[in-house]
Amino acid sequence: MMKKILFLSFLLISAVAIHAQGYKVGDSATDFKLKNIDGKHISLADYKDAKGFVVIFTCNHCPYAVAYEDRIIDIDKKYKKKGFPVIAINPNDPAVVPGDSFEGMQKRAKEKAFTFPYLFDAKQEVYKNFGATKTPHVYILSKNGKDLKVEYIGTIDNNYKDASKVSTKYVEDAINSLLMNKKPEVTYTKAIGCSIKTKG
Amino acid sequence: MKMKILFSISLLIAISLTVKSQDFTTLNFKELEPTFHLQNDTTYVINFWAMWCKPCVEELPEFEYIRKSYENKKVKVLLVSLDFGAKVEERLSRFLTKKNINAEVVILDDPDANSWIGKVDDKWDGALPATVIYKKKQRKFFARKVTYSELAETIDNLNR
Repeated sequence: MMKKILFLSFLLISAVAIHAQGYKVGDSATDFKLKNIDGKHISLADYKDAKGFVVIFTCNHCPYAVAYEDRIIDIDKKYKKKGFPVIAINPNDPAVVPGDSFEGMQKRAKEKAFTFPYLFDAKQEVYKNFGATKTPHVYILSKNGKDLKVEYIGTIDNNYKDASKVSTKYVEDAINSLLMNKKPEVTYTKAIGCSIKTKG
Repeated sequence: MKMKILFSISLLIAISLTVKSQDFTTLNFKELEPTFHLQNDTTYVINFWAMWCKPCVEELPEFEYIRKSYENKKVKVLLVSLDFGAKVEERLSRFLTKKNINAEVVILDDPDANSWIGKVDDKWDGALPATVIYKKKQRKFFARKVTYSELAETIDNLNR
């Protein structure tokens, strides 16, 4: 009996450990329901016609996130109409970073005229499911019926400082491949970013 | 006349001090990379940080304290700043003076981060702060905020 319990706890612990690592490319993603800056709740299932999603964990306070704001807007404008809308999610706890509060998100979205939903991961569960560790951190999902598949994880492009000096647009390249029903050539990159802020 | 000379001298000193305090080395990763592979008997404590990074700023005094406590031992603390934007050297200089941080600081200016994050450590995925502690081939990596006691324990373990 004791052995069985020990074994079960071991299984449970391993499952939690695996879970904590989040998604890898090729994994199925679980849909979520989070509050948008307009107060309405949004799920990926709401997007009946989407071919996939560009899920970006981002925030207000992080200079890397700020440096990418205009580029995120451009990606949304370019790919929403092709079936890959941007879904931005703020994963930070405002108790740690006051600037990343829901009101702060509303304010920033208005200032920058965000063209995409900017969701608040208030319970800090969605970013953990994904395995996001920083802002900005991109997950491109493809949609097949109800199945969401992780196709790309990483950074937006190869120059966080200066958009005009970018020579490789990882996110755009990946979406372009998916639009041609091909696997992206690069499916994983390492993104520099601000660690996601949690208590404890 | 004497007053004038005195004034000019003190002005000169003041200027040279200001200039000196703003003198940071700015490197790309290729230039910084050898610092992660030095094969001498010094223990290197290399921290990636930025002024706007809250956990980084919170742990800075721990690194300064390590620098002081291990001053007479072969331990080198290097703070790699990822700050960017207007007047970054001036802002850094003012910030370090205010926080009383005297460890060596270099600026890493290499915006193709995906090309170098993995070269710092396989386990690093790019979130700040991050710290590498190594001596010759032995190495420990932290992808989070660290405390003085964690740093000290790691350094002591590497020197056992």
